[in-house]
Amino acid sequence: MNPILKIALVGNPNSGKSTLFNVLTGLNQKTGNFPGVTVDKKTGTTKLSNEGGQTIPAFIIDLPGTYSLQPKSIDEEVACEILKNKNNPDYPDKIVVVVDATNLKRHLFLVTQLIELELPVIIALNMIDQAGSLNTKAKIDLLSERLGIPVIPVSARKQIGIDSLKKTMASQVIPSSKKFVSPDTNPAAESIERYNSISVLVNDIIQQNDNNDKPTITQRLDKILTHRIWGFVIFLVVLFFIFQSIFYIASFPMKWIEEMFLHFSEWGRLYLPKGELTELLINGVLAGLSGVVVFVPQIALLFGFIGILEDTGYMARVSFIMDRVMRKFGLNGRSVIPLISGVACAVPAIMSARTISNWKERLVTILITPLMSCSARLPVYTLLISLIFPNGKSMGFFNIEGLVLLSMYLIGFLAALAAALTMKFIIKNREKSYFIMELPVYRSPRWNNVLYTIYEKVKIFLLDAGKVIIAVSIILWVLSSHAPSGKFEKIEKQHEQDLATNHPTNVAAEKLKASYAGILGKAIEPAIAPLGFDWKIGIALITSFAAREVFVGTMATIYSVGDTKNTQSIREKMMAEKNPVTGNPVYSKATGLSLMIFFAFAMQCMSTLAVVKRETKSWKWPVVQFVYMGCMAYGASFIVYTLFKI
Amino acid sequence: MKKKINFTLANMKLGEKAIIDSFTDQEMSLKLLEMGCAPGEIVKIKHIAPLGDPIAISVSGYLLSLRKKEASTVLVKPLPED
Repeated sequence: MNPILKIALVGNPNSGKSTLFNVLTGLNQKTGNFPGVTVDKKTGTTKLSNEGGQTIPAFIIDLPGTYSLQPKSIDEEVACEILKNKNNPDYPDKIVVVVDATNLKRHLFLVTQLIELELPVIIALNMIDQAGSLNTKAKIDLLSERLGIPVIPVSARKQIGIDSLKKTMASQVIPSSKKFVSPDTNPAAESIERYNSISVLVNDIIQQNDNNDKPTITQRLDKILTHRIWGFVIFLVVLFFIFQSIFYIASFPMKWIEEMFLHFSEWGRLYLPKGELTELLINGVLAGLSGVVVFVPQIALLFGFIGILEDTGYMARVSFIMDRVMRKFGLNGRSVIPLISGVACAVPAIMSARTISNWKERLVTILITPLMSCSARLPVYTLLISLIFPNGKSMGFFNIEGLVLLSMYLIGFLAALAAALTMKFIIKNREKSYFIMELPVYRSPRWNNVLYTIYEKVKIFLLDAGKVIIAVSIILWVLSSHAPSGKFEKIEKQHEQDLATNHPTNVAAEKLKASYAGILGKAIEPAIAPLGFDWKIGIALITSFAAREVFVGTMATIYSVGDTKNTQSIREKMMAEKNPVTGNPVYSKATGLSLMIFFAFAMQCMSTLAVVKRETKSWKWPVVQFVYMGCMAYGASFIVYTLFKI
Repeated sequence: MKKKINFTLANMKLGEKAIIDSFTDQEMSLKLLEMGCAPGEIVKIKHIAPLGDPIAISVSGYLLSLRKKEASTVLVKPLPED
């Protein structure tokens, strides 16, 4: 036997399992993936003490929520695999099953299946403070006796009964030998038999509460929140409020972060020895790092809000009212959550599509989510809008910049729906679509759970996206500051001669043109010229295929390499940029709009592609996604440029 | 008294109550059973989504949402009059 006690935490979704896990393990948690699948694997350690007062360390595995041991989604499959396979490295020594005391009968369905695995099982009878007449020692003892396992009344939220649960977890628990169904019956008959056994077990323990017609708070709230008109209105108001807060509240910490990095790089320029390494550090690593960290406030806020919406039970209602609409597009009510999250970042949004059990609906959701305007596009849009609408003209009450921005979000959303509709007819369906889902009772959010979610998601973003962006920044810096041998020297010589003749050329621009990045940009220029892009935009497009936000950074790099005075902002420099042939501004309305449309549709995010590969377990789907979005982007940009060119 | 009508969960009206009798779809029944929809349980239509589908029912002490199509595989019988 393994020296460290392994305990699996099992239970239905919404049983309070996560809260209990957080109470037991505190900050000693680790989130990873179960091997082979991308289901979150949460593990943690806790210290138990047995009756002799000895401290026993224990390893807790929080298994994905499941209603039964007949798996229907990847999440449930994982839970079943671990509990049924003795050779699985996570196979537990004991099971703690979290049971909602207010809904005992349904939860016992899973409990009886667990008992039949012949593992030691302990019931944590959660929400005991709300269980009414069940909360007496006599009844709990009776339940324990009939099931043949320990039953510990707890309230994870109010931290009641945790000590006695820990003590039981540390002690020797003998597996129950009880059986609840006869062997070799067909699954449906078995389930019915199981319910009959459970009814016999608990009928004198729990009271019939079916005839309770007094409206509860949940029922009253649902009357409004799922109302045929108010339901949608409230949903839109909630969305509007969330976006406003994300962009408004986040703008302050984002400013601080930008300033902090500016100070860092100033400090670096002052105190670090001049040379290649310092340049790499400041213009490569630090610039890249700031591009990642700056999005942390938005992502933290978004996941905070989504966490609150999920924890209170409202998200389930949103899925409920949206299912019919979503189904028309080959999606599922549950697709709403990834699509909304996609406005912050497609990476976690795609991960949240796991709750959709139908493979086709989940796949389509994954494929279209990156069309939602994510926060990485925001800096690009902001920069470009300020270039093509420089005076910030307002049309009465409306601000034209805000309107353009809003239309970009709308375009993204409509494109996502259109893409879904197309895929509905292309991708073959392999299984039935379901929408059998619990609508949990409304609760006030458990702030601890929300904070844990934020912490986890930010960590994933910083580590996963961060790596890519920093790597790209470094590569870009190397490419744009190096050239085939002799080229830079030639330019410098030319510059010295020009200085003598009093006709100075722009060394920086010439150097960039000669650098590897310049060569690359020039090479693709013919392909992107029909969209109105020049080779400098070409460089930025290449680099932003790693991550969209790199675009602004690249523009900054391209226009500032060698610029010593640094008096103009990127915006001013880009605005001053003239086409060498026509003399017109490079960033005309046509080019600017075309570039925005390109960013709206193109799959320019390596992190997303990596996540899609992980979630679909094949390279096929990220490739499909990359190609279809690329074609859409190219086509739409071409049309926009052609229309506005005149 | 126990007159059997071929009535499904899908054609019940808002606020109506009935008892689950049996299922017409084996695969669907497994899912519904583990979610607490066992024969003999009392169900009540609690909400109907704005566009008429899905519906929310109360069953074994909680709220469950399901589509009309899924509800149509659940045969129900009227409550015994008392």
